[in-house]
Amino acid sequence: MPHAFDEMSSTDGSVRPAYETLQRWLASVPQDVLDHRRKEAEFIFRRIGITFAVYGEQNAQERLIPFDIVPRIITKDEWGTLSKGLEQRVKALNMYIADVYAKREVLKAGVVPENLVYQNPAFRPEMNGQRVPHDLYVHIAGIDIVRTDPDTFYVLEDNARTPSGVSYMLENREIMLRLFPELFSMHKVAPVDKYGDDLLATLRSLAPHGGHEPNVAILTPGIYNSAYYEHSFLADKLGVDLVEGRDLFVKDAVVYMRTTEGPKRVDVIYRRLDDDFLDPLVFRRDSQLGVPGLMSAYHAGNVTLTNAVGTGVADDKAVYSYMPDIIRFYLGEEPLLPNVPTWRCREPDHLKYVLEHLPELVVKEVHGSGGYGMLVGPASDKAQIEKFRAKLVADPANFIAQPTLALSTCPTMVEKGVAPRHVDLRPFILSGSDKVRIVPGGLTRVAMKEGSLVVNSSQGGGTKDTWVLDA
Amino acid sequence: MRIRIRHEITQRFDPGSRNMAVTVRLTPRSHEGQFILRWTLDLNSDCRLAAQEDAFGNLCHTFSVDGPTDHLSVVAEGEVETQDTTGVMHGTVERFPPSLFLRQTDLTEATPAVVAFAEGARLTEDDPLGQLHALMVALHETVEEQEGPALGGPLSAHAALEAGKACSGGIAHLFTAAARHLGLPARHISGYLAPEDPEEGEAKREGVGAARHWAEAYAPKYGWISFDAGRNLCGTEHYVRLAVALDAMGVAPLRSAGLEVEEQVSALDSRGPQKLAQAQSQN
Repeated sequence: MPHAFDEMSSTDGSVRPAYETLQRWLASVPQDVLDHRRKEAEFIFRRIGITFAVYGEQNAQERLIPFDIVPRIITKDEWGTLSKGLEQRVKALNMYIADVYAKREVLKAGVVPENLVYQNPAFRPEMNGQRVPHDLYVHIAGIDIVRTDPDTFYVLEDNARTPSGVSYMLENREIMLRLFPELFSMHKVAPVDKYGDDLLATLRSLAPHGGHEPNVAILTPGIYNSAYYEHSFLADKLGVDLVEGRDLFVKDAVVYMRTTEGPKRVDVIYRRLDDDFLDPLVFRRDSQLGVPGLMSAYHAGNVTLTNAVGTGVADDKAVYSYMPDIIRFYLGEEPLLPNVPTWRCREPDHLKYVLEHLPELVVKEVHGSGGYGMLVGPASDKAQIEKFRAKLVADPANFIAQPTLALSTCPTMVEKGVAPRHVDLRPFILSGSDKVRIVPGGLTRVAMKEGSLVVNSSQGGGTKDTWVLDA
Repeated sequence: MRIRIRHEITQRFDPGSRNMAVTVRLTPRSHEGQFILRWTLDLNSDCRLAAQEDAFGNLCHTFSVDGPTDHLSVVAEGEVETQDTTGVMHGTVERFPPSLFLRQTDLTEATPAVVAFAEGARLTEDDPLGQLHALMVALHETVEEQEGPALGGPLSAHAALEAGKACSGGIAHLFTAAARHLGLPARHISGYLAPEDPEEGEAKREGVGAARHWAEAYAPKYGWISFDAGRNLCGTEHYVRLAVALDAMGVAPLRSAGLEVEEQVSALDSRGPQKLAQAQSQN
């Protein structure tokens, strides 16, 4: 694997300008003080109860995501490039989804193959020909970004369903402010705490009807969901109601919330519930988590669901490979943020290449997430590769492959002091009917194991505070 | 042929239920070979019906039952004039290109057994229409139709194949699953079947037997063609088409978050002997 770009230290040993102050500070603070602060951070996380459930793990229903106290620094210029590219990408995503459920120009023009849409499990025939309020589908997007050198940021993945992790972005900053006030006095860091206001303004702007103050609610699957903490955290930050399906009902195509003062109309539902469970009258009939009749209210234009139903058709990893073409098709612009080169195993010549080069590639399931069901060629032994080869041959259309990128590294606190670890970045892009809002930064995820490229929290990854410098 | 249809559905709710949202898909549309002369929908409760069209172009009505109540009864009743088109469908409402109907669902999952069955019926020559007929014959020989409700089970394509006998809905699922596996778009149809022999009709097609599910498959040059593999024939003037979707879930005549559902269906030749008309009016 090529040498990874370190965001703090250049190959010649010098420190990159944005990190100079931090590096000096790290060198001046004794290790035991850093250790102590790290323990303190962990104690605070435990006390506020920010935990994460890992599916399929025994005896560990909930655990803390490791928090790394060394911040990651992004310069103002770098962020400027990134945020423009993100805005462009989300704009194209929205236009693509609107098209797929209406005129299907993109299919007629042959930019995206029909079967990738119609045979896609995330495509919702129920949304066909239905207008959604303000023609916006992806109101809250999480776009995963990786970096390979000082100038190159790649989009690794689009998350257009219910991207999570924003609560960590906000909590990480709060804890850093509490533990290291001196560091903030040495740097001019762009604040992230306005995310709550931005999200609320975005959600309100999406209400189907003007005229009255829109009533917003967050719909959660309940306390057993791995992201329940985030749902309640956001409801609290926004000052809106956190509801479960049974708290809502539909009457004459209008959604109401049951309250002690009688039914209260709901205009915007930020739902953290998958499409399949939303309405037992339209989707899975065994769903106890949804609201019977919700889709009829949605189709009647009386409620906004964020994100819209059926956005998954834009964010699987096979569609991802077409995103540069999708951007050109709708916007007539070149993508500002490049894609990672991707082989689609559904195509015979791509599959042939992938099978010949498995040891050097990363192979992912088209609909996989959380780092499950993937092969990191260079980090796998022969037996693992052969096992994966069989899976790939059995169902090629279910996989894509990418080169193993040398993800950038950031200084990270480990057992033996500070050492470089691989990172990625998930910024959150809010698309309202009035404008696009992006809080500077996002969630930096870090692979805590030396050399590991898998940053997913379900695979032992941690998080960092992400600083976008204001000057 | 003129067919008189009466379809009554009783949906039970927990006693004292309020604000129960309901969707019914109980209004057929006209197309070539099927003309709706009259059609009414009656409910036992005061509701505001909102007419909608679902993704596949089926006519639906959504409403909420205020309650408190323990049941809802819906009666769809009407008369339809039909003509034989040898199963070729023209003038149907189409909201998707045929390729959408290659999409498999839970009920039409191409399990290894279903794939093996489909492959067994595969023709060597490239003849979609011949292929669909061959598939229908193979299915008719493999799975026997079971008397009883259209969705009486076994319901999924796989279960129908395993059991060797199935309801008309299960047979339709196996047909669509296998056709899709062979690369031919296929879809699920719900509707009614009037008796060919009026005497037989009184005995067999009254009650649950009159509701029927079958399949339509797409053959280039011909378009959509209906296949009833349970009876080994393409649709005739005795068939009235109610709704279309990817599987039986999508054509469900009534959906709500209630308890059990009872159905009473009759489809009769309304030009038939007087006694049949009387029998029906006493339902």
